[in-house]
Amino acid sequence: MVTVTREQARARARSAAAAVTDPELPMLTLADLGILRDVAVEDDGTVAVWITPTYTGCPAIAEMRADVDRAVRAAGFDRVEVRTALAPAWTTDWITDEGRRKLAEHGISPPGGAPRRASGPVPLTLSPTRTVPRCPRCGTADTEELSRFGATACRSLHRCRSCLEPFEHVKEV
Amino acid sequence: MSGDKIYTALSEEHGGDARWAFGTGFTDALAGVDTTLPEGVDGADLALYCQMLGDDALVQAQRLVHWVTDAPELEEEVALANIALDLLGQARLLLARAGQADGTGRDEDAFAYRRSVGEFRNVHLAEAPRGDFARAVVTLLVLSSVRLAVFTRLVDSRDPVLAAIAAKAVHELAYHREYAVSWVLRLGDGTPYSRERVAQAVADVWPMTGEPFAAHPAEAGLADQGVAVDPATVRAEVHDVLTHVLTSATLDAPPAFPEPAVAGRDGVHTPDLAPLLDELQKVAREHPEATW
Repeated sequence: MVTVTREQARARARSAAAAVTDPELPMLTLADLGILRDVAVEDDGTVAVWITPTYTGCPAIAEMRADVDRAVRAAGFDRVEVRTALAPAWTTDWITDEGRRKLAEHGISPPGGAPRRASGPVPLTLSPTRTVPRCPRCGTADTEELSRFGATACRSLHRCRSCLEPFEHVKEV
Repeated sequence: MSGDKIYTALSEEHGGDARWAFGTGFTDALAGVDTTLPEGVDGADLALYCQMLGDDALVQAQRLVHWVTDAPELEEEVALANIALDLLGQARLLLARAGQADGTGRDEDAFAYRRSVGEFRNVHLAEAPRGDFARAVVTLLVLSSVRLAVFTRLVDSRDPVLAAIAAKAVHELAYHREYAVSWVLRLGDGTPYSRERVAQAVADVWPMTGEPFAAHPAEAGLADQGVAVDPATVRAEVHDVLTHVLTSATLDAPPAFPEPAVAGRDGVHTPDLAPLLDELQKVAREHPEATW
């Protein structure tokens, strides 16, 4: 008789949860996005999955939780609890290299390094100092920002001055 | 996403869970978060404080969505709606925390939809009529500057839930302030007409800028315990920020803030809040059994 160790069960639950995709960026899995924080199998067999929201108000989080619940059940677990992990706060630095590659491949410019801040007040900036994203199509840095806010909370709108194509960029947070 | 994938996604069977029509069933924004109160902290006071911060965000978000379908340009509409969404997200977590802290177990909906005017704890500037676009960006500049300064300190709160909410919100609020700054600069340093409009907005908003720095007794007590931030401690910093922005926009340096006096934090509001809440709460009150 083959016994499944708790570690094996955990690995199976984890890979099911990790493969769930973001409803608003469907090329990215939760693992790519870096929002899957932990998976554990508890003594009573309950699978606990911790995910963290990207933006506090991200409406996709409820969908993702429902999808994780469904995916882990489909992997053969009856009891699933999707829990929220608030700390440490998600930043775009949690997006994996694989996630960045997929974003670029789909014409969305991946984020640069998240803004780092020592303690103390957030410095006031009067001119755009955020990273200028490169055009995901032709690679030039000669791009302009159309709007800091895009179709979802995490994206901004840009246009390439060289190939003239508009594109989206995942904002650094 | 290629065209055929979009079609597949739209036509995919979802096991009869009718997910888009009836929601996901996940409603607790703080599900699974350790909600133990820090030692020595009064739950009722903490709940009140969470409502103060949560209501500022909720009421401001409701004002901001009045720009949807009515902004000068599509980009600004999207921006203001996104800012409202961030604030709504902050409000959800804070109000959920309030229901845990006071031991009633009320959820975020109970706070948003089933409290009366006198139970709301937001400052008057959040409920003030939306006015023109200049007024909207000046209001946003003041509120986001205050909130950013408070939340920057709140990340060190002894309440780990408040600290975590603040740590996330700081990133969002920095974008809100940046957006407001960019528009105050453009309007102030724009045409004589735009300058006049934004100068008028500053003059109209200014009488309400003292209140956010007045500490309610519950707030002051929690600040002494290292849980809350006494807003008086950010007053000078916020004044410096606003002075820098307004003078860079070629506007006059602002006068001192009016003397702080507690009002909205005590549930005392202007006549503008009741109609806003009527609109916010209408569906929930008419259909008390509805879920979403």
